[in-house]
Order: sequence, then C-alpha cells, then structure tokens
Amino acid sequence: MTNHWIDIKNADSILIMGSNAAEHHPISFKWVLQAKDKGATVMHVDPKFSRTSARSDFHVPLRSGTDIAFLGGMIKYIVDNEKYFKEYVANYTNAALVVGKDYGFKDGLFTGYDEKTRSYDKSKWGFEMDKNGVPVRDTSMKNPRCVFQLLKQHYSRYDLDTVSATTGVSKENLLKVYEAFAATGKPDKAGTVMYALGWTQHTVGVQNIRSAAIIQLLLGNIGVAGGGINALRGEPNVQGSTDHTLLYHIIPGYMAMPHSGWQTYDQYIKGNTPVSNDPMSANWWQHKPKYFASLLKAWYGDHASKENGFCYELLPKIEKGEDYSYMFLFDRMYQGKIRGGIIIGLNPMNSVPNTNKVRKALDNLEWLVTSELHHSETTDNWHRPGVDPKTVKTEVFLLPSAHRLEKEGSVTNSGRWMLWHYQAVKPAFEARPFGDMFCGFMSRLQALYAKEGGKLPESVTWLDYPKTYDPDDLCARINGRFTQDAKVGNKQYKKGQQVPSFTALKDDGSTMSLNWLYAGSYTEEDGNKAKRRSTKQTEMQAKIGLFPNWAWCWPVNRRILYNRASVDLNGKPYNPAKAVIEWKDGKWIGDIPDGGWPPVSSGKGRSPFIMSKHGFGQIYGPGRQDGPFSEHYEPVETPVDSNKFSKQLNSPVYKFVSSNMDKLAKPADPNYPIVLTTYSLTEHWCGGGETRNIPNLLEAEPQQYVEMSPELAQEKGIKNGDGVIIESVRGKVEAIAMVTIRMRPLKVHGRIIHEIGMPFCFGWTTPGSGDATNRLTPSVGDPNTTIPEYKACCVNIRKADKLTELAT
Amino acid sequence: MPKSFLIDTSRCTACRGCQIACKEWHELPANKTTQYHWGSHQNPQDLNPNNYKLVRFSEHLEDGVVRWNFFPDQCRHCEVPPCKELGDVYIEEAIVKDEKTGAVLFTEKTKGFSKEQAEEVREACPYNIPRRNETTGMLSKCTMCNDRVHAGMLPACVKVCPTGTMNFGEREEMLALGKQRLAALKKKWPKAMLADPEDVNVIYLLTDEPANYHDFAVAEANVGPMSKKQFLATLARPFKAMKA
Repeated sequence: MTNHWIDIKNADSILIMGSNAAEHHPISFKWVLQAKDKGATVMHVDPKFSRTSARSDFHVPLRSGTDIAFLGGMIKYIVDNEKYFKEYVANYTNAALVVGKDYGFKDGLFTGYDEKTRSYDKSKWGFEMDKNGVPVRDTSMKNPRCVFQLLKQHYSRYDLDTVSATTGVSKENLLKVYEAFAATGKPDKAGTVMYALGWTQHTVGVQNIRSAAIIQLLLGNIGVAGGGINALRGEPNVQGSTDHTLLYHIIPGYMAMPHSGWQTYDQYIKGNTPVSNDPMSANWWQHKPKYFASLLKAWYGDHASKENGFCYELLPKIEKGEDYSYMFLFDRMYQGKIRGGIIIGLNPMNSVPNTNKVRKALDNLEWLVTSELHHSETTDNWHRPGVDPKTVKTEVFLLPSAHRLEKEGSVTNSGRWMLWHYQAVKPAFEARPFGDMFCGFMSRLQALYAKEGGKLPESVTWLDYPKTYDPDDLCARINGRFTQDAKVGNKQYKKGQQVPSFTALKDDGSTMSLNWLYAGSYTEEDGNKAKRRSTKQTEMQAKIGLFPNWAWCWPVNRRILYNRASVDLNGKPYNPAKAVIEWKDGKWIGDIPDGGWPPVSSGKGRSPFIMSKHGFGQIYGPGRQDGPFSEHYEPVETPVDSNKFSKQLNSPVYKFVSSNMDKLAKPADPNYPIVLTTYSLTEHWCGGGETRNIPNLLEAEPQQYVEMSPELAQEKGIKNGDGVIIESVRGKVEAIAMVTIRMRPLKVHGRIIHEIGMPFCFGWTTPGSGDATNRLTPSVGDPNTTIPEYKACCVNIRKADKLTELAT
Repeated sequence: MPKSFLIDTSRCTACRGCQIACKEWHELPANKTTQYHWGSHQNPQDLNPNNYKLVRFSEHLEDGVVRWNFFPDQCRHCEVPPCKELGDVYIEEAIVKDEKTGAVLFTEKTKGFSKEQAEEVREACPYNIPRRNETTGMLSKCTMCNDRVHAGMLPACVKVCPTGTMNFGEREEMLALGKQRLAALKKKWPKAMLADPEDVNVIYLLTDEPANYHDFAVAEANVGPMSKKQFLATLARPFKAMKA
C-alpha cells in the first residue's frame, strides 16, 4: 500500500477492483464502511457479485481479464473531460516530459519488439534529454511528443463502445464508475484503489496496476490522505516476506538479484545505480551502494571488506535472463533437472497452475523437505489418488512446524507497519519455528563445508549466520549496526551499536544492515519499535487517523508514501481538511515527509516522487517489459478470437512453459467456451492446507463448489446442488453447482459469454471436500513477474454422472 | 436495566466471525456439512444444537439489481420470552431469565422436556430459535455469553465483529444507536426498519423487507390471522399470571 488500512476512511471514492476485499481482507471493510458513512461512493468492479459487492454502493460485473480495457476507458474519460488535476499532473508527474523519437506504437506493438525473443528493446522508449542530460519538459503539456499527448493518443481507441464490447460492461455502468471516480480529480477530493490478486494474476497483471497508477496520478490521488494504490496483501506476512525477499529476482530491500552479467561488486553497482543530472531530482536510488554494501557486510561480517568487494563474488548468481519463478522451477522439475528441494510455507500441489503436471513433476525429486502444521497435498503427494506410493522414489521429510501463535516475531502488514506479535503458547512436542530450522540447516552446512571443503566453501563458511534463532536479535540485525565507532550529526555511536536510520548507512564497510528499508526500526534510542503501542498523535495527525507512535512503518515511519505530492509548490496542503504534511514555520509537520528538503518553490526542494530517477510520478513507465503504457490484450485462453483494440490478440511478451502437459485451448475454442476465474474465500486460507483442518471452518465451507448463473445452468441442464464436472484442455475437476444470480452472463463481442468461478482451497487430503481447481489453470505468466494467469482461462461444464472426489 | 444487541445488517459482510466465535467460546463441535443438494454459502443449513448463531444468506433481484442479504441469526432474548412462558408450564424454571442482563437461558432442566414439549417450546418462539439436542434432550440456543457479560466482557460474537454490525450494551444505548443508524439509512433505504424493537433485546436493523432476509426475521413476517406459536404463547400467559 502507498497508504495504510486506517487511511481508507479518508477516501471520498473507493474503487475496489481486482479484489474481493470484504471476503479476503475482512478488516478492510471496517474502514471502507467508515468512509461510506461519511458519504464516500464504494464501487466494486468484479466478475462475481460477492460479499464485497453486497456492501458497496454498486457492483459492476466485467469479464475476467479485461481490466485494462475498462481502465483505459476511464483514462480516456478523464482526459477528454478534463477531469485531471492539472497543476499536480504538470508539476509532479512525468506527463510534461518529452519522449524520444524512437518511441512509437502500432497495431498493438510498441517499438523495439523482437518477435524471435518475444521481448522489447526498452531503450527505444527513453525520454528526450537536453544538453545537460536532464529530461526535456513542457509544463504546458502541448508538445505532441510529451507524455500527456502520447497518453491521450494511446487511449483514444478506448471509447465506450469498444470497451463495452470487450469487457461486457454496459456503457451506462462504465460511465457510472468513470464519473464517480473521476470526481476525485479535484484538489480537495481523494479516491483510493483497493486491489489484490484479481489484478496481479493475469498475463497483463503488472499493466493492470500500471493503469490504476496512471489514473491515480492524473487525478492527483497519490500521496494524499484517502488516496493511493493499495495492494491488499495477505495475512501471512506477504508484505514482510516480500520486503525480505521471498521472490527470486530481488535481494532484501528491493535490490536486483545478482546475475551472471554482474560478476564483480563494481559491475553490480554500475548496473544498478541510477544517475540523474537534474538537481531537482532526489533520485533516491543513487544511495543504493550504501544499502548494498551494508547488506553484504551483514551477510559476511568481518570477512567483508571494501577491498574484496564485500564478498560479492561469493554470492550465487542467476543466469541473466533466466526465469526462476515457480512456474519455471516446476517445469525444470518435470524435465528431471532438479534433484531435491525444500518446500515450506506453501502448498504448490494445490496452488500452482496445471496441478496435474506439478504433482507429476514432484515425483521426480530424490528428496523433499517440507514443514507444516498438517499433512498437505504437497507433503503427501506420493499418496495422491491414482498413484501407487511404491512407485514414487522421493524421500520426504516432514518437519513439524510451530503455529504462528506459538512463535514471536514481526509481521509487516499491507500498510508497511512492522508489528510485533507475541508467543501465546509454547510449540507442541518437537514443533519449531522455521527460523530455528534454518539456523540448524546452516550450522550443519557450515560444519560440513569446514570439514570437507568443496567448491568455494567460503561462500557458506564465511556467512555471519546466527547459530540460534532469536527474532529480536534478527530484527536488530535487520535494522543494522555500526561496525566501527562513528558519529552521526552530533551523536557518537560505538561499534556494535544500532544505526539510527538508513541515512547513516555507508558503502565503506562501517555499517551493516540486513534491509535498509527497515533501518530505523530498532534503534539505540527507542529499542524495537515494532513493539510500540502508543496512540499519541497531534491534532493534525488525528484528523486523518495517523498514529506515528503505534508500531513502526517503513520507510522511516512514513505512513503515506509520496506525501510531498499532497502539497503545492509552496508546501501548502491541497486539501487542508485532510492534510498529510504542511510546511509551517520553516519545517514540515504531520507525517514524515518524503525527504526533509523545503518546498519546491524555495528552489532547494525536490520533486516528490523521490524513488523514480527523474523525481516524477510515472504516467509513462518505460521500465516494464511490456510497454510504457498499458494496453488491452486478451487472456492467453480467451473466448474470443480477436482483440478490438489491435491486431495483437494476446500479450506479445507473456511467459509460458511448453512441456507435453502444457496445453492451451485455441482462441474461441468451441470445446471450452466458458471463462473460469478462481479465488480464495474468507473461511479458508490460500490453498486451504491449514484451514481445512479446522473443523469449524470446514463446517462453514465444506466442499468444492462452482458459482454459475441460472442462465448457464439452464443451458446445461444443471440444478443448484448438483454434482458437475468442469473441464479445461489440461484437466477435470468435480464441484457442486452453486447456481446464483450473483453470476451474470455478459454480452461480449455481440454475443453472450458465460463466466464461472471456483475457489482453489480444496484438496484431496481432506476427504470428500474435492480436489485442486488448479488442475484447470494454465502455466502462462506476466512478463514482468511471471505470476500465473489464475484469473482467466477457458473451460466447459457438464452435469456429473457420478462423483468420486466429493462426498454426497 | 437489561442489556441489548443492535445488529446492524447494513454493515454485515457475512465474514462469519460471529458464527465461528460463538462455536469457539461455547466449545461446540463442528457438524458434518455438505454442498451436495444444497449449493449455498449458508453452512450449516440451519441453527442446530452445535450452532447457536448462524449467518443466513439470502439473494434476490430487485429491478435487475442483485441484493444479497446477510442475517446473523440468534435468540432475541425477548422482553417477555414465549419459550419461557410455555416452558414454565411443563417444568418451572427450566428456562430462566437473568433479570440483571436480560439473558434468556435454557438450563439443564430442559432435558426434562419430552420431545413433543420441546417442539412446542420451539414453536412458541416467534423466531424459530430453540433446537433440541437429540442425544441429551437439552434445548439449546444463544446464551448471550452471559458468563462473559457478568465478567464485564462483550459477547464473543460482538467482540470479533470487524465492521460494527454486532453491537452490545445497555438497552437504552442500543435503542438510541438503532434509531440514529435507522435515520441515516432511511435516506438510501426507504424500507429500512428496526425489527420488533419493543419486544426483543436483540434488535436487528434491516434495510430490506424482512422476508428478504429470513422467514423469521421479524415475528410478524410469518403470521396468518394468528400463528400457532402466537396462539401457544397466548395460552401460556394465564398460567404465568396465575403463578405470579
């Protein structure tokens, strides 16, 4: 989230799209309803009428996978009707920047496309620079090559008719949403966007969110109270685990994973540190060397020195351009290229697409380490229906995991708040926290390498890895320490003491920090700030529900990111009633500002979007793999055979794997005419591995179901409560029909298209509850993130003659 | 002064935190449920001795617009509880009312009711709440978490509610809150109403017609000229009066 949970109450308009917030983030609705009480319009745009829709002012059904068409239409509406916040757009976004001559867009393709590699040469999308190397700007936004004019041109194709025919949303409903949300383009109004996996899990997932970012920047909704782009992240510490690098392509603090193209420390620094010649741009990532050196220093301790590149060369490096996300990992496993593995904290045999394939792939492992509260479809894969366990060679180790109530530690919520949670009870029997297990793994590995040697043993033996797991000590290391005596301002710190903030981090080896973003969370002065529980606030902070002394939030306890965009060039809040920061008597008050420089008008200020190279909010985003503007492409499996916006049917750069089990239905395949979308539910958590073992939750949601419209049910001769079989080109799944008016047939490309929806939480280890929905979904992914397209594929449905997966 | 609940259904997201918390607090076992021949999120299908609280789901189209109503159903802890009126006829004080909190409570003595008598008690309830445990013979329903309330705590269902649907406090406070919320909701929902506020201590605030939530959302929703349960309740009254 750019903002935080409580801040939702400050919104005048709430667009919930790509999310079923009430069901999957129930607490969010505490704040949504408070905004609604004060007159905010709450809109839910989603294929299914859900519990979120029930509490919204209105629900707009759309065909899954057409969000960019819907949002592109809104961008056109905002531009055509001049609903954008002109001063904000001109001063704070890159709308005024002039784009270089090489950029172009034709027939659904941006310039620089290479058909052979299915990738773009992004250098074609750069800005035009002046003689000082500063981007050329035209704040009148009239230059035909400026971002604003290119935006206008790009989205001119997104007229109501085309958008309606693509999305299945009536023109009336389109306008209803566009008008209500665009009304927040006024300085004293704010609109928030709440999204989740409904936007990310598409082959155009990143561009779905880019579309929302463009809208929010046009309306001046970023940096303000009640605004923002708010990713609703999962309870299982998704935010914290991403910050600390759950994903393969980054290392802690959102720095790139070292790859084969960066063999030395200097090459890494050169390849990853942006340079800006604009004195108005803070270009915050210019400090990356300090964060990176401090991270290496935290990993390799006394062994890391400036002279040896802080042991950078000991790090494993991925092959440049290679994809290590789970879609590709399981493909390699299927091809027999992986011998063993550790799977902890997820249940891929239920939650990875094309599950029939990944279940077979897992059989190819010689050994597998798992750690769970309960047996899951993953831990027990070799016992799955239809397989003789004797034929599976994998040696499986199932380590008993402590439940979260049996552990203490920090959780970072969606609003980036780092909150301490305390141990309620001691772990039962031999169960242990994951951290404890990893300390055990590493101690033994280090001992083995020390004794037996091996290739580059120092990369393991030199690691400054804790011998035992102590969450409090780990948090202290994450914050970072001085490795030499140092002075910060007037304050003297001794070697081994905590750094006060990331501004104290250095690239000379005098500091260490496991994650620069968290520097300041655990200090000499205040201890572990995740434990703070004070509601003390100023009157100004109280007006927007800002609690700076409750827990701690990255970065530097800044609760609303990009807040310098909430004030005008003189530092006066655009919305005085809900001010986030204000320049008063020579200093900033309110939230922690994005950098302490005085307002822009002083000449000593900085542009507000300090994390982007040029300091501007990126309406034009030249860094993505699939284009600087969003563009509608059909899902890889689509019920239509043409794209009304261009000749390009699917994303030209989406990722896929191509084993003999990775089949795809052809566009508008008559055998699979129905759109399937998949989702979580309130009562079960993700793949259901934990919650299906909680009897009261299983009582509330006992079995695999499929939500379908009465019209489709009639067409297929299916009654509510009947057993049915849903089939894609990849597999079959049994479910019980839930025939409901909450699913509506949609008029798309002039004909009726049906959509059905299924949860993915049920699995065969809970007898009679059903089995993996993901046996239906395809292994195709977003070109930026490789997140699979769980939300849209093509299937058929029929009444079942008999049921074997479901208890009747 | 008895305590009351205000259940503001305009805020309910049917997260079922209340339903689960009730089971957890009372340590009630889970029922085996199924979607087969049912096909609804409402599980279990009805109140039963293991579910004192059940979120009911009801959907319909209103001028082409989907309405999905949620009704966290539970005992209304009536001011003058017909279940007790009738129950006292058969076994005095099998059903008691805690005058301090207003909680209407089914005691162990309800095991003494014959199956038919228990059925009559259920039928006497205008809201179709009491359920008989066929194994023990005991009648069961919401307890108002009377033990928690006496200890100064909120009922479990209120404590867990994230949206402000479940409210609990002094009756006057809850009535005032109900009236205030009703006035605010009336603008957008002309059919909004408080369900039987004079007669019960669990007051539902509805935004749609009661029948669009549940057959027994209000006492009047299922009357002919005079329903069997009302008739039975009338029968019980003279006995009660005589005993007093």
